[in-house]
Amino acid sequence: MKICVLVKEVPDAAVQKRIDPGTMRLDRSGEKNLNPFDTHAIEAAMQIKEGGAIPVEEVIAVTMGPDSAVRALHKAVALGADRSVHLSDDALAGSDVCATGYALAKVLESESPDLVLLGQQSDDGECYTIGAVVADHLQMPSLTQVIKIDVEDGKLRCERQAEYGYDTVQVELPAVISVGDAINEPRYPSLKAIMGAKKKQLDAKANGDVGIDGGMVGEAGSKTAVLALNPPPAKEAGEIIEDEDTNETVEKIVAWLDERKLI
Amino acid sequence: MAGILVYALHDDEGNFNKNSLGAISEAARLAGEAGGEAAALVVGEVADDACAALGKYGAAKAYRAKGVPEGLAQPIVDAMAKVMQDEGFSYALFGGGLLGFEIGAGLTARLNAGVTMEVTKVKVADGKLVAERPILQDSQVADVGYVAEPGIIIGRLNAFDANEGDGSADVVDVDVELSPWSSKATMVQRGEQRGADVNIEDAEILVGGGRGLGAADGFGLCEELAESMGGAVAATRAVVDAGWYPYAAQIGQTGKTVAPKLYLAAGISGAIQHKVGMQNSENILAINKDQNAPIFEFSDLGVVGDLHKILPKLTQAIKAKKG
Repeated sequence: MKICVLVKEVPDAAVQKRIDPGTMRLDRSGEKNLNPFDTHAIEAAMQIKEGGAIPVEEVIAVTMGPDSAVRALHKAVALGADRSVHLSDDALAGSDVCATGYALAKVLESESPDLVLLGQQSDDGECYTIGAVVADHLQMPSLTQVIKIDVEDGKLRCERQAEYGYDTVQVELPAVISVGDAINEPRYPSLKAIMGAKKKQLDAKANGDVGIDGGMVGEAGSKTAVLALNPPPAKEAGEIIEDEDTNETVEKIVAWLDERKLI
Repeated sequence: MAGILVYALHDDEGNFNKNSLGAISEAARLAGEAGGEAAALVVGEVADDACAALGKYGAAKAYRAKGVPEGLAQPIVDAMAKVMQDEGFSYALFGGGLLGFEIGAGLTARLNAGVTMEVTKVKVADGKLVAERPILQDSQVADVGYVAEPGIIIGRLNAFDANEGDGSADVVDVDVELSPWSSKATMVQRGEQRGADVNIEDAEILVGGGRGLGAADGFGLCEELAESMGGAVAATRAVVDAGWYPYAAQIGQTGKTVAPKLYLAAGISGAIQHKVGMQNSENILAINKDQNAPIFEFSDLGVVGDLHKILPKLTQAIKAKKG
């Protein structure tokens, strides 16, 4: 089978993120990294491939984003993907969730995967949703926030937490599965894999190459618009103690608790 | 505006989810302001009177799709899409929780409609809905409008309060044909409880443990501290999924919502998914070695330091004080 892993380049966790007031979009300048949740999706793909319950011919990292997103693909390949696909087109800029899901589904369609894996959320925004949008476009079953995948008789047996406890769900292939960070501990790439990543096949695709209707993506295809940005409701800043002398710190904590009659 | 359709989630005993009921009340409030009506969609064999009782929260109608199974998103996308289209609803609204995210996202693709998630407030402007969504770790709030109808709004956990009043919803049965791919995921077991049954909702003092505890046995420190204060121990999803602590003690998006007098967060970063389950605590005390942890942005007292050093001494000091 063929596994596609959707990955995304996001601002590094250490970067103070801001919205560009001119475009109302996230300012993506500064240090970037592979979305941490996506490393769990790549690891899940590698474990299915190495597990042997079902033969896996290829693991392909797929992304949509500007030129710099190539680095996220290199990292994904260093983590084990066999090759990568980069959808990049000026007309995609400003796509909302609806438009992004459509575009990703089109580029995935061109690879005809048996399984699409992705991280359950991106560090920079579209919480939890993109997997289910992509799945409906691809007309595949889907499950999000999965923390365990077993392959049984050519089907997936998945576990995840839902509103009332843990659910176990059987999913037929082809399918789209988003994974949570509890699913595995991603491996560290070897130096050899990092060095070799740039030599692996990377296909650059534009909208026309994968049949994307330009009217359905970018700002033109987006169905939502950010009308304004406001500060959050004011909240009094709390007191901060740096623990230098633990006995002193504990005294301060006890006094704070005592003042509020919590002891 | 033609109306707002809310998905009403229920458990295997037929009890409706509190977040769904909150979304119905919110839809009724918005429909009152913008015109149109609020309605609910229920799937499965739910009794007539249970469906009609959704009227107490503000639903004028309860659409019931008996043949559609509860618990997995895609069959419910089929049902929501059909009722939205047949009845001409302008918006779909979901209370906080996992299924709402999945169904709302699937509906986005199906109806080619705009979606906003993690919404904390909805307002009316020129007869249309505008969703408020906190972004960038809640440092800003975006007002999101819809370019066209229908629009989809997915609430954050506990964003909408359920208001119970009088009223009865008209129950309307709908036949829904499932999409071929909707029946390719099947529930093997729903709502399994893992680990001991503990009660954290009634505790006035809670000591919450997260990844910063380092390992499962780190919870011993939390238990000793909680015991010294007469409180209970709670946990984040990350450590519950890792098997460090029972599911029943989990706070947040897919766990419990608490509001104790004191919430002491030990080694908890304060991700939104956890925050939504405990932010209404009267006093929040956080201990974390990462001074940039988001928890410090909404704690009343933040201690930057190593919990493995601080917790044992704090337990001793409290015991000594209590004599």
